[in-house]
Amino acid sequence: MLKNVAEPEPESLDVTPTTPKAKSRTKVFALNAKDKYYALLFLGPSVLLLALFVFYPMIKTLYISLFLTSGLGKTTVFAGLGNYVRLLTSADYLNSLGVTLIYVFAVTILTIALGLLLAHLASETLPGIGIFRTLFSATMGVSVSVAAIFWLFIFNPSTGFLSLLSNWLHLPVINWLTQPNTAMVAVVITTVWMNLGFTFLILLGAIQSVPTSLYEAASVAGAKPGYQFFHITIPMISPTLFFVSIITLIGSFKSFGLIDLITKGGPTNATNMLVYRIYKDAFYSGNFAQASAESIILTVIIALFTLLQFKILERRVNY
Amino acid sequence: MSIVLENVSKRFDNDPETLTDISAEIQTGEFFVIVGPSGSGKSTLLRMIAGLGSISGGEIKINGRVVNDLAPKDRKLSMVFQSYALYPFLNVWNNVAFGLNARKIAKVDIKDRVAKALDMVGLTEFKDRKPRELSGGQRQRVALARAVADDSNICLMDEPLSNLDAQLRIKMRQEIYNLQRKLGLTLIYVTHDQVEAMTMADHIMVLNDRQVQQIGTPSEIYQEPANEFVAQFFGTPQINLLPAVKTAGSQTSLDITADFALNLNQTIPATEVKVGIRPNDLTIADSSELNANAVVDNIEYLGDETIVYATLNSGTAVRVLVDGQANFRSYQPVQIGASGKVMLFDSKGQRLHLTKEAMSYA
Amino acid sequence: MTFTKQSPWQKTLSYAALIILTIVVLGPFLIGLWTSFLPTMDIAKGNFFSTALSFNNYISAFTKTPILRYLGNSLLISTVTMFAQLFFCSMAAYAFVFLKFKFRNLLFGLFLVTMMLPFEAEIIPNFQTVKSLGLLNGYGVMIIPFLTSAFGVFMLRQSFKQMPAELKEAADIEGLNHFQFYGKIVLPYNRISLLTLAAYSFLGSWNEYLWPMLTTFSNNFRPIQNGLRQLQSEETFNDWGMIQASAAIVVIPTLIVLFVGQHYFKSGMNEGAVK
Repeated sequence: MLKNVAEPEPESLDVTPTTPKAKSRTKVFALNAKDKYYALLFLGPSVLLLALFVFYPMIKTLYISLFLTSGLGKTTVFAGLGNYVRLLTSADYLNSLGVTLIYVFAVTILTIALGLLLAHLASETLPGIGIFRTLFSATMGVSVSVAAIFWLFIFNPSTGFLSLLSNWLHLPVINWLTQPNTAMVAVVITTVWMNLGFTFLILLGAIQSVPTSLYEAASVAGAKPGYQFFHITIPMISPTLFFVSIITLIGSFKSFGLIDLITKGGPTNATNMLVYRIYKDAFYSGNFAQASAESIILTVIIALFTLLQFKILERRVNY
Repeated sequence: MSIVLENVSKRFDNDPETLTDISAEIQTGEFFVIVGPSGSGKSTLLRMIAGLGSISGGEIKINGRVVNDLAPKDRKLSMVFQSYALYPFLNVWNNVAFGLNARKIAKVDIKDRVAKALDMVGLTEFKDRKPRELSGGQRQRVALARAVADDSNICLMDEPLSNLDAQLRIKMRQEIYNLQRKLGLTLIYVTHDQVEAMTMADHIMVLNDRQVQQIGTPSEIYQEPANEFVAQFFGTPQINLLPAVKTAGSQTSLDITADFALNLNQTIPATEVKVGIRPNDLTIADSSELNANAVVDNIEYLGDETIVYATLNSGTAVRVLVDGQANFRSYQPVQIGASGKVMLFDSKGQRLHLTKEAMSYA
Repeated sequence: MTFTKQSPWQKTLSYAALIILTIVVLGPFLIGLWTSFLPTMDIAKGNFFSTALSFNNYISAFTKTPILRYLGNSLLISTVTMFAQLFFCSMAAYAFVFLKFKFRNLLFGLFLVTMMLPFEAEIIPNFQTVKSLGLLNGYGVMIIPFLTSAFGVFMLRQSFKQMPAELKEAADIEGLNHFQFYGKIVLPYNRISLLTLAAYSFLGSWNEYLWPMLTTFSNNFRPIQNGLRQLQSEETFNDWGMIQASAAIVVIPTLIVLFVGQHYFKSGMNEGAVK
């Protein structure tokens, strides 16, 4: 599905009958005129819905972010860029930005590395490999709340699996979720695990679509398997690698569910990521102006990466 | 640099890619063509020589050394693939250098060899292009340059010309032939095209049904086919294979139809045979309805010669090749005869061994 | 994939790596599944290898919690969202490909921009909107904002554009109107893309977490993601056996659908490729 995104548009299919096809010029004209009404009918619902739930709120958010707000969410005083200035000079917000970046990059790098390892191993033609392919994709069927339950039990300090393991091995028990660094590690691990199934499937598909003859040619020419992996597989799938990296990156910037379920932004804001912060500032503290400014900053970040993704996808087709 | 195949087999349960008892000896520096229809096992055999497919019986020897269990990279040969197998992300230069880089050959040597190889195939000015910026023929040349740059003197080619149009195919055929001669390559070349086999090969191996039908020089294969399959596979238009019985009371005469008899120059060793006559060894002449033994179906005018398609009174279709522009038309009654070389095949399609070459005379 | 003739030793190594990674990937599932059969007392005491396995946790999950109601809610919301997206996205994509009208490119540009705007950054005004529409705490609030999707329109447009132009010409000659061409040719022809969008939108809706949490307060409408969170925060706190059982109840059907669906989906892809 994602393969389809942003391919250059072969303008082959503008088949509205504009070609002066013999006979009835009037009829062609009439059809075109009617197209307008069809368009209204076909496109209307989507346009209305997007206007109401995407464009209007975006403009509204931008608008609110330039004001101060009362506890009820009413705009009071025009503040210009005041909210932004305050945010970008507040240690607290910069901390959130910092931990989000750490989280996003850790998640992306680990997801891609592990997904690539799984996909590479599962691309070998061995008897029974199909079973492994299915099993490796299993986390695709896991939703946030289920993942959170599984991992909360594993990280649980008193009865959890990791503390059991530490006891058996006579290692000190770590209270994963109450220390800033380990809490971050726990959230990263859980996210990577959730991402793994999807990433694995996409990368496996990419690896499998590399023509076998390239590997055959390389092995006849004297290239060892490791050399083939780095000099054929990686360059051949690099467009897909970029693509899943950006998808993962954008997804991680938007992380909310796992944070809410596992750490609630804690301990001491160590995992207080951007979206969780927006939620807290808006719906707990009632600071809608600040939350709106935060929303706009998040939008800018994500829009930039989405643009980058479009650019990469355009290039990928040409190569 | 000779390559010897001894009873090479591939036989696995449920594996359609079987081969039985393939034996051959390929001499150093020769152009050896493996030819056969699709599904005959020719690519399977080539892949076994390359080490890309496993062997279940027999031995493959390269220069006296058994290589059955050797990985492709250790067999010291180069290969040109039907799809060319060019790396789309590398330019021409780096495509040619790929194998050399992988084997960690000294940079100076690589530069030297790649430059030479590109020069040899006339691609020097395209060295910075990506494969997608090249035409089909140029891609083909990159694949050739890759084989040339490799220092191994054995080269395998798997239907290298089948993705090119007819004109280009003839041109590249000559280029490959010249390269092979110039470099003294031992070349094993797989194709389904009998013309390629005839025009390029020193020796041809004909495969059908996953068995060797015949190995020989192009002229042996054409003149002395070992069986009906080989006789039919080579030569256009196809050879005529006509069922015949020995004429009652004669040892040297055959009846193809009641009014089409062949007189041979020797005793015929079987009562029922198939007679193989190349279209240019049949004669055709206008005839009255009463004396005719065939009727013309249609005519293909090729320029300097003409193929006449006719049906014998027995219902068997025949092809006759006539010089120049023959003056025949559809439904015309004709008299078909044979004078010249004929081949006899037994009921199983095998060539009958005769004491001397069979000739028919009117 | 690398081309190698693998020796038995290398094969063993490959299998060893595969099995180790399988254990790592499936570990959390297996631990969760195992503990879902253990009495909570044993879990609390760290008696991980207790032999007192039973379905008691499942029975209490089904009887003492509204988990079935949560699942039903999610199923309803996701199914309606999925069909709505298939319908509205394909209509919109049809207009962008087969109809000619003013501002078509501008409008499509706006759709593209929409794809860059994260829903998470728009929750504040959206919350106010649904509140003023009186939609809070109901199924509608979890469906209406997601009836269409810019991504879905974009994806289907790409797919529609790749249809051979002769199909439209043939339809014009036969005198099909836009509704007939849309229903009889465009939809069946693009069924693989529609199937992909169906899976995508169903899963998207199923995994929605933030929005239902903001807008739904009663178990009658709460979807499963937020329902599980509710279970953890309620009286069942620390009843790990039952919580794991509820997680298993949610994940097992999805895994089955995924494993069966993957096979189906793959053959669907192949069919699409051959076509």
